Amino acid sequence: MDLGYLILQVIVFPGLLFTAVVGLVTSWVDRKVTARVQMRVGPPFLQPFYDVLKLMIKETCMPAGASRGLFLSAPLFGMAAAALASMLIWRAFIPLGQTFNGDIIVILYLLTIPAASVILGSFASQNPLASLGGSREMKLLLAYELPFVLAILVPVIHTHSIRLFDLLAAGPAVDKPSGIIAFAVAILCMQAKLTLVPFDAPEAETELTGGAYVEYSGPPLGIFKLTRAMMLFTMPIFLVAVFCGGIAFNQGWLPILLGALKYLGIVVVVVLIRNTAPRVRIDQAVNFFWGPVTLAALVAVMAAFMGW
Amino acid sequence: MSFAVNMLTRSLNVFHLGGSACNNCDIEILDTLTPRYDLERFGITLVGSVRHADVLLITGIFNKKAAIRLKRVYQEAPRPILVIAIGACACTGNMFQKSYNWDVPIDKYIAVDAYLPGCPPKPEAMIMAVVKLVKKLRGAK
Repeated sequence: MDLGYLILQVIVFPGLLFTAVVGLVTSWVDRKVTARVQMRVGPPFLQPFYDVLKLMIKETCMPAGASRGLFLSAPLFGMAAAALASMLIWRAFIPLGQTFNGDIIVILYLLTIPAASVILGSFASQNPLASLGGSREMKLLLAYELPFVLAILVPVIHTHSIRLFDLLAAGPAVDKPSGIIAFAVAILCMQAKLTLVPFDAPEAETELTGGAYVEYSGPPLGIFKLTRAMMLFTMPIFLVAVFCGGIAFNQGWLPILLGALKYLGIVVVVVLIRNTAPRVRIDQAVNFFWGPVTLAALVAVMAAFMGW
Repeated sequence: MSFAVNMLTRSLNVFHLGGSACNNCDIEILDTLTPRYDLERFGITLVGSVRHADVLLITGIFNKKAAIRLKRVYQEAPRPILVIAIGACACTGNMFQKSYNWDVPIDKYIAVDAYLPGCPPKPEAMIMAVVKLVKKLRGAK
């Protein structure tokens, strides 16, 4: 493989630039659907782009006593990981099947790094509210990671492979009862992974005034916002790939449209959950994920072992 | 019009800073941000942390003790920052000018970009103030 081509893939398509642009468009969909739920008109199409570009011209304030290097580099870790995860997922679609054995495990690890970068950044800022947000983010990470990995295990058991392309080739996992349970579990975990309501305790606008991001301003905050938008794109596309059969790019326009609809459907489900549920406390969230959700995921794994 | 001004005026994050207000202006600010007026159409959103702010909405009088906090919050905000004094108290001190703890009007401490009198100003008036400020920044007549 040509190194220049690989770098182009990471930076432009399907890595950083592509993920950022589609992620920002997705965050516009999120805001527009939210506005329609609240009977409003909502922001213009380019609003997420304006928001991020505006932050790039703002001053970066350094809080007194903060660890300078970690504070400024934490957003970059998160963005790099989100871009890399997106690239690995898209390589299963275009160019078709350029995946390696075990890439699902790599993607699972990469998808936790944005949350880890938020934790690092919040602790580096030395702000008590940010530390509280960081500790909540940590608890939430511990809570949803177990059921999420169990849910991803279900299609892996169906296909006996940890290569993303084999999962795509084997057809959608939601055809089987165990796949449907695992898909529902994964959607709940995705809601927490994106720290959207009802699992947004780490950034709780009303009590923690922005939580983990409270001390961030200017370009680092913009990069965090961009990372959130990129995750809003990467997570649903990962679930589409693992559970719903992915997006086929080599059979004309209809399957591409169908794939885009699958993706938008998952996004709209996430947005509707976020608009109709109140925020839960962090202990309620941990109880919820380690109790009923993990149980449901275990049932799905056992059903998958029995071939259902 | 420069790129920076264009981006700033299209995406204003407002931070609400209440002095010793009677809460009337604060309630009107919250009314302005409700779905009825839908300020997100213009990219205006309320933020919780002053580090995320582009506009400070200041209500109430700032007495000798609160004025120190006002200056500190203003210094904590990332530049460029705009300031709108909302309500008669924030603009002039209103009827509290003869109080024992009255200091000076807030524009002696920080640079105020727009004054919006009224007790309290209506949501429509607040939107008009923001529109006028945006027009001034963009250099339009």
